[in-house]
Amino acid sequence: MYGPEAVTTTLLEGRGLGLVRGDRWLFGGVDIALGTGELLRVEGPNGSGKTSLLRAVAGLIEPDDGEVLWRGQPIRRHRQAYHAELAWMGHRPGFKGDLTPVENLRFEAGLRAGWKPAADDILQRLGLTPLRRIPYRLLSAGQQRRLALARLVLSGATLWILDEPFTNLDAPGREQVQSLLDEHLAGGGVALAASHQELAIDAPTQRIGLQ
Amino acid sequence: MNGSDERLPGLFDGMAAILRRDLLLAWKRPGDVLNPLIFFLLVSTLFPLALGPDARQLALIGPGVVWVAALLATLLSLNGLFLGDYEDGSLEQLLLSPQPLPWLVLGKSAAHWLTSGLPLIVVSPFAALSFGMPADAVRVMMLTLALGTVSLSLLGSIGAALTVGLHRGTALLGLLILPLAMPILIFGARTVSLAAAGDAAGGGVWFLGAWCALAMVLAPFAAAAALKISNE
Repeated sequence: MYGPEAVTTTLLEGRGLGLVRGDRWLFGGVDIALGTGELLRVEGPNGSGKTSLLRAVAGLIEPDDGEVLWRGQPIRRHRQAYHAELAWMGHRPGFKGDLTPVENLRFEAGLRAGWKPAADDILQRLGLTPLRRIPYRLLSAGQQRRLALARLVLSGATLWILDEPFTNLDAPGREQVQSLLDEHLAGGGVALAASHQELAIDAPTQRIGLQ
Repeated sequence: MNGSDERLPGLFDGMAAILRRDLLLAWKRPGDVLNPLIFFLLVSTLFPLALGPDARQLALIGPGVVWVAALLATLLSLNGLFLGDYEDGSLEQLLLSPQPLPWLVLGKSAAHWLTSGLPLIVVSPFAALSFGMPADAVRVMMLTLALGTVSLSLLGSIGAALTVGLHRGTALLGLLILPLAMPILIFGARTVSLAAAGDAAGGGVWFLGAWCALAMVLAPFAAAAALKISNE
């Protein structure tokens, strides 16, 4: 579907990204150029700075060197336009334990204009429909992770940044991550993922290895 | 960039969403609302018991005690303003949402006041009752508490944002915002004392109003900047 001759435009660009932790460079000189339908997989052992790189690209931390551009514009000066197209799935879920999945998603919908209203379909697909009225904290770790996946899809974001998306998921759950990612990329989206596990993705995949 | 502009939500959508969510959370966990309130009533009613029933003495210390109790009760509830969001990752999602962060902070401060300041004002006449405060002074007390607690919810958000990444930052939070809270305490308590003595209390009320307006304009920006730093 995406042959080498396919025309892609660069959406996400990182130029010479570097981050200092303590008195040493965690990483430096990282270049990223990601076009429509492409996935970037960040690899490296624990403590190599995978999460930090993702946080820097997302705009949660300021890189000590280099800059991140979205659609050719530096994200520092166009934060809102960038974040309108960004969905983040980190280690911590970002849901309220006392609220039900539906209440949590309703709050997210208030934050974003591009929110997709078709919540029932995705909850059904991820097996969350029977749990929609149960407080989030009573869900199992894997079910909580599935709700985070539902948020990714519903956000309607162009760029997905996933930090260890397979954590706590069983085999069917991992397959769902991959199929959701495939659909996202096939629909013209872009994704960044830090993962220990191999991703079986059809779309063109770039790799960055951190030491 | 035309494509992404229409994806920006309205200015008040995010603020309304976070206000609604925090009120819903408070409704589901009433203990968080009741604890500071009970603390306030306990402190302000224990003083008359400890000091004896001398009406003149009680009238003298009443406004000060009520105000100190209100300040401490507010500090108690401020600690959790961003802590829950920080621990469960909601703060990351807020920082990454296409919303101006100061507006979201303002929404959180509003929810904090509605669940801490407002109930405190409602029960404050009972505390005043134990000091035998005259009705005129009670009205002034409620007015000063209204202006004062709004300011404290706003100024406190700066301290809460700065200390959110630290574990057990409660004492530090108190130290940080005490310099900003001191004028509120001094003018609040003194204004109620003047009203109780039958003097004009207008000046103090105006001052508290000005302080409140200043906090409303500046605090959300300071707290938003502090949140970004705390979350790095």
